Amino acid sequence: MNLLIKNGRVLDPKNKIDEQLDILIEKGKISRVAKSIKEESARVIDAAGKIVCPALVDMHTHIRQPGREDEETILTGSRAAVKGGFASITVMPNTKPAIDNQGVVEFIYSEARKTELVNIYPIGAITKRLEGKELAEIGELVKSGAVAISDDGMPVMNSHIMRMALEYSKMYGIPVISHCEDLDLSSKGTMNEGYMSTVLGLKGIPAESESIMVSRDIQLASLTGARLHIAHVSTSESVELIRNAKKKGLSVTAETCPHYFTLSDEAVLNFDTNTKVKPPLRTRDDIRAIKEALKDGTIDAISTDHAPHTEAEKDVEYDFAPFGIIGLETALSLSYMELVKTGFLSLLGLIERMSLAPAKILNLQNKGHLSQGSDADILIFDTEISWVVEKNNLESKSKNTPFLGWTLISKPLELIAGGKHIMKESRIIKNEPR
Amino acid sequence: MVEWNRKDLLGLEELSKDEILFILNTAESFREVSTRPIKKVPALRGKTVVNFFFEPSTRTRASFELAAKRLSADIINISVNSSAMVKGETLKDTARNIEAMKVDIIVMRHSSPGAPHMLARSVKSSVINAGDGSHEHPTQALLDIFTIREKKKKLEGLNVSIIGDIAHSRVARSNIWGLKKLGANVTVCAPSTLMPPGIEKLGVRTTYKLKEAIEGADVLNILRMQIERQSENMFPTIREYAIEYGIDSEKLKYAKKDVLIMHPGPINRGIELTPDVADGPYSVILDQVTNGVAVRMAVLYLISGRPESDESTD
Ligand SMILES: [Zn+2]
Ligand SMILES: [Zn+2]
Repeated sequence: MNLLIKNGRVLDPKNKIDEQLDILIEKGKISRVAKSIKEESARVIDAAGKIVCPALVDMHTHIRQPGREDEETILTGSRAAVKGGFASITVMPNTKPAIDNQGVVEFIYSEARKTELVNIYPIGAITKRLEGKELAEIGELVKSGAVAISDDGMPVMNSHIMRMALEYSKMYGIPVISHCEDLDLSSKGTMNEGYMSTVLGLKGIPAESESIMVSRDIQLASLTGARLHIAHVSTSESVELIRNAKKKGLSVTAETCPHYFTLSDEAVLNFDTNTKVKPPLRTRDDIRAIKEALKDGTIDAISTDHAPHTEAEKDVEYDFAPFGIIGLETALSLSYMELVKTGFLSLLGLIERMSLAPAKILNLQNKGHLSQGSDADILIFDTEISWVVEKNNLESKSKNTPFLGWTLISKPLELIAGGKHIMKESRIIKNEPR
Repeated sequence: MVEWNRKDLLGLEELSKDEILFILNTAESFREVSTRPIKKVPALRGKTVVNFFFEPSTRTRASFELAAKRLSADIINISVNSSAMVKGETLKDTARNIEAMKVDIIVMRHSSPGAPHMLARSVKSSVINAGDGSHEHPTQALLDIFTIREKKKKLEGLNVSIIGDIAHSRVARSNIWGLKKLGANVTVCAPSTLMPPGIEKLGVRTTYKLKEAIEGADVLNILRMQIERQSENMFPTIREYAIEYGIDSEKLKYAKKDVLIMHPGPINRGIELTPDVADGPYSVILDQVTNGVAVRMAVLYLISGRPESDESTD
């Protein structure tokens, strides 16, 4: 069935569109974007007073299937994505087994096809079993559909291996995504190092554990000419290094996550383990620097680093809790509140950083924009609606977010993925979990 | 008149000056009990206290045990090997079990900062923090402050130097909160590798030079050096630490004539303190131990006597 979205405020960063237009969707593709389209055969979705934009793309998602289906599955993660306005998400390679071979990539694609909700793109490992010792079969991973490579939370500490991974990745045109952390400097740390860690007596992780590795990887990108993408930037020093790398013309891109521009290390004060995340929540100065970097384009994209953990895992002493917080369902609202409401970004700029920019980095040519012929992945959301984050209104199987109880502004209402209308008035209309 | 309304004692950070003084004054009246031939009052008869220790400790545990017994409470000890606690479900489960046994007060020692706070949130029983990692050790600081006040008759304007591994010391943190609230001047002295970042924001003077910490100080509170810090390369050798930061009679020549030497125990003799100083005329280390029982009696008494919250009405 063809769809016609009428009377919405259409935002398309790629085509620099911000005006009231109609969008006609035919056979899963965008066929026309124009004023007052009349098409008898199409079902009409009225978007008057709402924002119509490319569906969001999350380039950093942890889906725990295979291996930790008690935390998140492809189905529950997809549902959380839909609720948050994402029609494309990734699977970071730290599944069990890790995504270090074709078989796991194919398994994820086949499971994703069964759920038929959102597009799911596996990210392959840099090294076998994420051990940082031997390169994974990167060519095979790419051929089977991996869109990037990363060892994420098990960063490659050996600079020679990282250099080889960058060199090798050039042949495939994929980015190498680096979680920058010097593991010796961060060893045993559970929060940002500074006044707050001193008061709480928790072992700190210095900002330099990130920026030292950002610096190393930028130099290796310069040496190799490869495409480097810096994951979840959390410090002002990292921002400065990336800004300089871009000035030099290196192919370096970067992302940050909503929690890094919303919360500082002061949030750890009550020992809420939902504030335990890597990299850790930093200082107010870092928040400021990250917002500036999103504004001037130093940081290209906003990702979620959605990292589900069960309540049993998180409901323990701070030292023993795993790192990570979920983010798919709160990312758009938090970003809207912290970046658009505060004047750092225009709405068009925000959409760019949450759809077009990550799609470009991952070479997803038909995603993140509303050009004629591109995939009909479209989000309709309302910037006037506020809602409260509660465990029972989250689709994610895990509820580990520090934003429980927060009232957020702006809410995804309708989502169309591949031309299919899969969320209506914030209700997912297929694949109810059993 | 101040009243005690708190369910738990988790740290000195959140206490007001008046609350701290209230505990100290209550402890004054309990100190006398320990000098009687029959060292017992019936204040906590029928109450149950659990010593819940996830870290080995002889002194603090014994001190709480004596305090509870002198108040006629029933007390049991549960020691859990921290290394067996890889998963925290045990803490949660044990908490539920303790709750089910209708315990009134849980005294908890744990290696992880915030563990007693987590317990306090999940049980109706009162929780007393007997040391959580490097975070706080409120009863130790209270007994330190009690001892200083006893000897110096005041706290306002006194110069107190805390010397040693400040970075990993819950004793230092609790002392800083308490002493600052009561108007004392606090200096912290540590090798640069054991000085935590931002500590000066707590209103303390910092120095790496031991002589600066000793000169003009009314009190030297010497911290125990954990031997394992050496393996973390926090300082080159124990020998060098003892030479640079150990207190001996030679270094005490810079001290005021009426300086007090304190130590939370147990002492590494010959490392942070030489035996002649530990046992010498300035030392009030054994007074600390005696006062510890009185202070813990006061804390147990006040916590158990807080007005009942009507939990049944929801
Ligand atoms: Zn990461
Ligand atoms: Zn991640």
